[in-house]
Amino acid sequence: MSSATAGAAGTSSPAVELRDIRFAYKGGRDVIDLPALTIGQGERCFLHGPSGSGKTTLLGLLAGVLVPRTGTVRVLGTTLSGLTSGARDRFRAEHLGYVFQMFNLIPYLSVRENITLPCRLSPARRARLKGADVGAEAAHLAERLEIAELLDKPVTALSVGQQQRVGVARALIGAPGLVVCDEPTSALDSDRRDRFLELLFARCEEAGSALVFVSHDLSLAARFQRTVELPELNKAAVREMVG
Amino acid sequence: MFLLSLAWRSLGNRRLISLLTAASIALSVALLVGIEHVRMGVRESFAGTIRGTDLIVGARGGTTQVLLSTVFGMSVPNGSVSWATYERWAAHPAVKWTIPYALGDAHRGHRVIGTTAAFFEHYRFRDQSVTFASGKAPANDREIAIGSDVAERLGYSVGSKVTLAHGLGAVSFAEHEAHPFTVSGVIARTFTPIDRALYSTLDGLTAMHDDEATSGGLMMGPPPVARAPGEQPPITAFLLGTKNRFETLQLQREMNEDKLEPLTAIIPGLALQQLWQTIGSAEVGLRVVALFTVLVGLIGMVVALYASLESRRREMAILRAVGAGPRLIVSLLVLESGLLALVGATAGVALVYAGIAAARSAVEARFGLALTLHPLGSAEWAYLALVVSAGTLVGVLPAWRAYRSSLADGLSPKL
Repeated sequence: MSSATAGAAGTSSPAVELRDIRFAYKGGRDVIDLPALTIGQGERCFLHGPSGSGKTTLLGLLAGVLVPRTGTVRVLGTTLSGLTSGARDRFRAEHLGYVFQMFNLIPYLSVRENITLPCRLSPARRARLKGADVGAEAAHLAERLEIAELLDKPVTALSVGQQQRVGVARALIGAPGLVVCDEPTSALDSDRRDRFLELLFARCEEAGSALVFVSHDLSLAARFQRTVELPELNKAAVREMVG
Repeated sequence: MFLLSLAWRSLGNRRLISLLTAASIALSVALLVGIEHVRMGVRESFAGTIRGTDLIVGARGGTTQVLLSTVFGMSVPNGSVSWATYERWAAHPAVKWTIPYALGDAHRGHRVIGTTAAFFEHYRFRDQSVTFASGKAPANDREIAIGSDVAERLGYSVGSKVTLAHGLGAVSFAEHEAHPFTVSGVIARTFTPIDRALYSTLDGLTAMHDDEATSGGLMMGPPPVARAPGEQPPITAFLLGTKNRFETLQLQREMNEDKLEPLTAIIPGLALQQLWQTIGSAEVGLRVVALFTVLVGLIGMVVALYASLESRRREMAILRAVGAGPRLIVSLLVLESGLLALVGATAGVALVYAGIAAARSAVEARFGLALTLHPLGSAEWAYLALVVSAGTLVGVLPAWRAYRSSLADGLSPKL
């Protein structure tokens, strides 16, 4: 079901389309109150906001892990808020890449297995690999992210920077339409951060993936096509800060 | 398959705690299966206390009494059986052989049985006959054979002098000093009550009591039955084998209806079984204890899995992010507990077999308990299935907790 909807939408719909989103955690008040946000296909969008501005919650909504109280979340033309939770999980496995701030990797799997994890969980994503098998695709991505020599290492042997690159490789395997990064550079020093961004951008471009990049570090904003100030957009966060 | 390897490697990642958890389950399963094996061994040994004897016949009374007094050397006989009655039945066309038993005296707490060479020829325990570690069967009224426990405890060997006491008590003031016996042989260990008894000839006991009477020694207990000189004194019981085992039941009925002297004939196998059912209820208690230890092992597993959940919230978030649904996370944790239980149960069974293989000869030599490496019985399979399915089932608890927290956490575990 999800592959059909995404396939139909893949060419023209924006990567992300949010309308009148209100979200509250169980029993709490609204933490997101967002009238509209649209991010185009293949666009690189910098989402800026201090902590407490609802960044991570917004990403949860984009990933379909959280569901808004009201409003619609459309990702790659598919209305996530209208899907069952199982269908949202399938959609995420098939069309989304997600990079955490840190600790991106399953500790008991090797680097290669961590990278190929989305393909193990989603046959549709595996089927999208053009000709190459999963292992070859992982090797290719690892090479482009300059971590080829780490493929068979246990993840515990990796530095934080290396772990983040493995995280990017996993997010990008099978060329998902949307890659979501939650402060992926906050644990890196400035040299590594620049190289990391270069590699991330190049891979997203190669895959044709839209990139939503969340950070509180405004100095990164210049490198993106577009910057969105979350506190300006999210009325709930403004209220909170005022209150 | 992917999930299985994920679960397996996740357990491997927490190797120490996984091993300890599986070990606690293994030990409890080993206890459960081990008890089952020992129980069967004990029952086998018990049932093998007497074999090959078709009927045990004593004076009219309780069947258990007949069994206990003749086979186990416990309790007192119902009464006596006259020699004439014994001879009458020994001559019965269905009877192949008989062993007369005359009880009534003791030596330092050990029973003395007056019998004939037929005892050494026909008595069987666990399909073995009574053999001698040293010496031979008593050949005259001054000789006596002793069981291995008697020889060991009292330090007797072939040639030792033995003085009997009247009555079955451990301490007696009436000693038959006028008629001492000489040990003719020590019976090889049987791991049955034979080891704790002494065996004289029928004439030996008669002669002793006759000597006693003529020498005017002290006599307590019932006075000897008055009888004509030359007449055989009564016996307390006799064992018999039939020519055709199918005639056993018929013969038993005839004996129980004996018009001349009231008798009780019992089938030893059946009587042993009844006795086991009475005393065997202790095994239920053992089994309950073993089941409780399994329960404790499973609770330990749940605790270990619960404790690991907190540190695994990040892992759950990653799995969620790459598209794993709550169902996969629940399955992963349930599979982990199932695997732990399976590994534990398998190791437990292996432990039992290894233990039996290593200790069986020592146990047999020391306790006469024949532990066999038999394949798992249906009861044991049922236990194992119970342990593994219970282990899988209790995995649902931590899995449910992980499911709840992964839903609440979304992709950002609150650490």
